Amino acid sequence: MTTLATRPTGAKARAEISAKTLRTDRWWLAPLITAVGLFAWVAYATFRVFMQKWYWVDEYHYLTPFYSPCVSEGCEPAAAHFGRFIPDSPWIPYAALSLPFLLLFRLTCYYYRKAYYRAFWMSPPACAVPDGHKNYSGETRFPLIFQNLHRYAFYAAVIISIFNTYDAIMAMQKANGDFGFGLGNVILWVNVIMLWAYTASCHSCRHIIGGRLKHFSKHPVRYRAWTFVSKLNTRHMGLAWITLATLAITDFYIMALAAGWFSDLRFVG
Amino acid sequence: MSVRKFKVWRGDSGGGQLNDYQVEVNEGEVVLDVIHRLQATQEPDLACRWNCKAGKCGSCSMEINGMPRLSCMTRMSTFEENETVTVTPLRTFPVIRDLVTDVSYNYTKARELPAFAPPPGVAPGDYRMQQIDVERSQEFRKCIECFLCQNTCHVVRDHEPNKEEFAGPRYFIRAAELDMHPLDAKNDRKEFAKSQQGLGYCNITKCCTEVCPEHIKITDNAIIPMKERVVDRRYDPLVVLGRKILRRDQIAPTASAEPTVHAGPVKVADDMAPVDFGREPTPPLPPELNAKGHVNLNEMLSDRSAAASPFGDDLSFPVDPKGLNYYHPDKH
Ligand code: SF4
Ligand code: SF4
Ligand code: FES
Ligand code: FES
Repeated sequence: MTTLATRPTGAKARAEISAKTLRTDRWWLAPLITAVGLFAWVAYATFRVFMQKWYWVDEYHYLTPFYSPCVSEGCEPAAAHFGRFIPDSPWIPYAALSLPFLLLFRLTCYYYRKAYYRAFWMSPPACAVPDGHKNYSGETRFPLIFQNLHRYAFYAAVIISIFNTYDAIMAMQKANGDFGFGLGNVILWVNVIMLWAYTASCHSCRHIIGGRLKHFSKHPVRYRAWTFVSKLNTRHMGLAWITLATLAITDFYIMALAAGWFSDLRFVG
Repeated sequence: MSVRKFKVWRGDSGGGQLNDYQVEVNEGEVVLDVIHRLQATQEPDLACRWNCKAGKCGSCSMEINGMPRLSCMTRMSTFEENETVTVTPLRTFPVIRDLVTDVSYNYTKARELPAFAPPPGVAPGDYRMQQIDVERSQEFRKCIECFLCQNTCHVVRDHEPNKEEFAGPRYFIRAAELDMHPLDAKNDRKEFAKSQQGLGYCNITKCCTEVCPEHIKITDNAIIPMKERVVDRRYDPLVVLGRKILRRDQIAPTASAEPTVHAGPVKVADDMAPVDFGREPTPPLPPELNAKGHVNLNEMLSDRSAAASPFGDDLSFPVDPKGLNYYHPDKH
């Protein structure tokens, strides 16, 4: 039995443990699923955005969110609700006004940042698993300091959500001017509602609505709104994935209708 | 009762290794019980830090199967019967011995953070706050200072040099608590968080939230709001414009000149000499050792009735303020 009194000395060495991580659970599963999911979605979206066809169902006025608002000179006139003023080129998406902002919105989203820092950048891949990089400066300098642009992107996303809502409303009028409602409308509306929920659950939104206050008691209305947004905010990650799914499903459904692979299930008209 | 397999790290700053043990485990026990049984039956000098065994003191932090956890709150029933449970000290802090680490990094960071600033014109005792304002910071007051979050955060765990600039999640919740405090009179806490605490180093990957035994939503409720508050003052175009037009909510002209460890000697008040907050305090004298290099634990040989303190027995209180590496408000 040793009774050597070890007292704190000046030596500052960490415990020497050779294993990089001693985690025994499947810590790699979550980043793997995230990487596969995000990669698949980005591949599909890129393919669709540059496809430049099958984005508009003239008969029912369905416009896919990937082409909204359709502002290119290449757009079908009926689909271009807000005019056509961007040159038609295979390299310029038809919705060139909105897509960059949506991309920025999602790229700088606090949830997606966590997701891709973990899944793609390995910084860190999982908790208590070493970072894959030698040096680390976080979001303190170029280029990651631009993550602070999320606020601007949020404002833009609110405006774009209004366009998506407009599309969903317009889609309830058929080509001949009559009211119509089909499965496509349900899909469009679910997508729009989910997009609003995702946008409203944004951390920047939570901050603007009430998070920046020091005295909740002096702003009861904003406090209520903040409480509501906070509740949505706890589901932000879920909404981030749900909206990826609704966007892809909406787009695929409209592509299938436009391509004539199957026809819309109509409830009214 | 069953006998289970364990691997426990033993060693000190000079090196160490994982030793294998077989220890008896009874129903309802936690990892800390097993460590205690190991001390009682096989390794009497195994060092471990603990106090309450109720998840409230934050002393018993260690890494169990690679995950930072409180050992008194980790039930043995969460492991498979035939699983080997590996117990190691916290990796991010220097090890003192076995499972005990030197967590003084955290205390240094705590001292760097300016304390609550009393509102002018309100006497202590006259502070009044509404419940809804109190609630917000109450979440952060649950912190038991186990430093699991500090240990897990990859910013310092995997990058030792960042310890200078980075205060860590535990101090971001403190910063948020004070910045959201309706009575706190300091208005440059956002600048402080950005420039002195290294808020920008955090990439919101949420490991601190994942390990917090008090389930404080560190990232969602403290770090992101603080990042947003920094954005408010530094990056948001509308706010900058609004500030220009309405001439209110003026940004603090300079980043805080508060003392920080990496700042060198700092003048804290006009009538005082500058204080070097980063200076290593003079270590206390070690206890007397006998010829074999051991402390006299036997009361026949020792000159006092209790065990010798590892910090030395010649310490008298109050400590000489010149020997402190922080500013004592009452003694100068
Ligand atoms: S969220 Fe930020 S502070 Fe928390 S562990 Fe991750 S990098 Fe560290
Ligand atoms: S915030 Fe949580 S994990 Fe961090 S020190 Fe406090 S209780 Fe521990
Ligand atoms: S959209 Fe995710 S945080 Fe703003
Ligand atoms: S012994 Fe107090 S928290 Fe575990």
